[in-house]
Amino acid sequence: MRLTRTLQAAAAVAVLLAATACGSSDSGGPSASTGLNPPDLKAQSKLGKTEGQVNLIAWAGYVEDGSNDPKVDWVSDFEKQTGCQVRSKVAASSDEMVKLMKTGEYDAVSASGDASLRLIASGDAAPVNTDLVPNYKDVFGDLKLQAWNSVKGKAYGIPHGRGANLLMYNTQKVKPAPTSWSAVFDDAAKYKGHVTAYDSPIYIADAALYLKATKPELKIKDPYALDQKQFDAAVALVKKQNPNVGEYWGDYLKEVSAFKSGDSVVGTTWQVIANLAESEGAKVKAFVPKEGSTGWSDTWMVSAKSKHPNCAYKWLDWVISPKVNAQIGEYFGEAPANSKACAETSDKNFCTTFHAGDTAYWKNIAFWNTPIEQCIDGRTDVKCVPYAKWVQAWTEIKG
Amino acid sequence: MTATQPAAGRTPVRRLAGLLHRRRRLRLSLLLTAPLLWLAVLYLGSLAVLFVSAFWTTNSFTSEVVKVWSTDNFHALLTTPVFRQVILRSIGVALAVTVLCAVIAFPLAFCTARVARPRWRPLLVVAILTPLWASYLVKVYAWRLILSQGGLADWMLKPFGLSGPGFGLPAAVITLTYLWLPYMILPIHTALEQLPANLLDASADLGARPGRTFRSVVLPMVLPSVAAGSVFTFSLSLGDYITVQIVGGKTQLIGNLVYSNIELNLPMAAALGTVPVVVIVLYLLAMRRTGALSSL
Repeated sequence: MRLTRTLQAAAAVAVLLAATACGSSDSGGPSASTGLNPPDLKAQSKLGKTEGQVNLIAWAGYVEDGSNDPKVDWVSDFEKQTGCQVRSKVAASSDEMVKLMKTGEYDAVSASGDASLRLIASGDAAPVNTDLVPNYKDVFGDLKLQAWNSVKGKAYGIPHGRGANLLMYNTQKVKPAPTSWSAVFDDAAKYKGHVTAYDSPIYIADAALYLKATKPELKIKDPYALDQKQFDAAVALVKKQNPNVGEYWGDYLKEVSAFKSGDSVVGTTWQVIANLAESEGAKVKAFVPKEGSTGWSDTWMVSAKSKHPNCAYKWLDWVISPKVNAQIGEYFGEAPANSKACAETSDKNFCTTFHAGDTAYWKNIAFWNTPIEQCIDGRTDVKCVPYAKWVQAWTEIKG
Repeated sequence: MTATQPAAGRTPVRRLAGLLHRRRRLRLSLLLTAPLLWLAVLYLGSLAVLFVSAFWTTNSFTSEVVKVWSTDNFHALLTTPVFRQVILRSIGVALAVTVLCAVIAFPLAFCTARVARPRWRPLLVVAILTPLWASYLVKVYAWRLILSQGGLADWMLKPFGLSGPGFGLPAAVITLTYLWLPYMILPIHTALEQLPANLLDASADLGARPGRTFRSVVLPMVLPSVAAGSVFTFSLSLGDYITVQIVGGKTQLIGNLVYSNIELNLPMAAALGTVPVVVIVLYLLAMRRTGALSSL
């Protein structure tokens, strides 16, 4: 009796599996929206009365009210000045930010470039009237109206800060000192098992950036606009790198500990991680290799369904006001967006360390962007590989 | 005293008690409604939602869920080599952890249940349980330090000319074995404790050596408990994705795939999520045949 029931269950499962294996791919689903044709939304034309509350989605360290560290607090003053109570939700990834914005319960988000275009295209983010953000005029010119925060000259957010993905290496174990990303790609086998890389599909762009310099025949112009051939080459490079990788890092504390112990000796990093590892005694150095680098530039965007838009605009202005922008930059470890912030940092060398106003430095940085089918480098004769395919490829790369 | 008795019978509480006493069905339904609701709506309901959403798709650009029926996700699950690989790896890890736990737990449980003096036994059981008092993350990060370069594992193996396993699949198996070991020791301990001493004596009287007694008397009686413990170690290992993130190097298990898909492709994550459910149901069915579930 027992056996028959077990058999029945097994048979049921088998039938189910067979059914799914056979009846596939007949449904293509609704046609996927291609290209970037954002819904025609209007930006606010003037500010009204504040609503007394604002709900934010942010990266860890962007909205600090003193509850993590009593000394780190730029929310309380905002609440006092504007009467807007801040409720913030920390998101762990760009994908989570996109998801949370879809709920319509939040007013503003600190989106990175790999999320911002998705938010614009789906109509979740509204255009921003920069005239209503007085501090916007002091933002570095090379951050305004960029591919990841605007569409056709229409601003969709306020630049907040930026940073580069650097190459970090252990100065005692990696000799001679690397000058190129080849240290983690073509020459990675030298440090087999001790190479590290950022654990996100967007890391494929790092490989594309390296190929752009080393394989000109692929004609890569923008590491976020890859046609199938270019994409396959980049994926192949990351797959070749995989056997040499010890671990991929997602959170920065994990990378600090790996570089301190020597489990990782060479790989991508952020300036803040390099500083932290160095302060904890690791013998490391981080720099931008000769091919240039990828990086991130975050943008505060306002939800199209915002219930507290006036408070959201107040927050946008507050977050890039010189003093607050400097505080966030120093706490998080990134270059501030406001040019006047450099005068407000507690470490007077801060803006030099993080290259805040160094236009030449940022020219070499390819900021995160969302790969979409319509090539964002302007090509119209080919289709580019959309981000969803990047995600699949990333799973396969890790194996 | 006798005069107050009927009066007390008229208070509302008493009347209710009387009613419940007379109507068994009412009593039973009142008792069971809440837990049954929890089971049906929250537990089975969420499993059903998980299963149904596995048949939906997403918009490739905005990653919004499109509620159109399609079996593409299950098709991808069965035909994509990387998914198959990860599923097999996860089952392998769960089996390896289970076997390791059983092999380590048996002598330990034998010690605590039969060798140690009776007054020490409760203390030993407490000692086995103490790791469960510490946070899961603390223990896993401790293992990260132990297994890191020049860590405790390296230091201890150095005199033998060996080095620790480093971060990777073996590290994940070792850490998971450590984490779930108490769940294996406890059922075996209970079974060994309840083993009648006179059976062992009888076996010896009939001329069986200790090895034979173990194989023919102890093992058959304790095996259901091992199976019961294995239900814990197997299912807990199959669902884990945090340990492998911290000490597994670049290893991916089913949980990691679910995690990496949950934001962008919820239906695919749901399809992946049904895999451990199916595997564990099959495992439970297999274990039921050993009688393990009745000794849980």
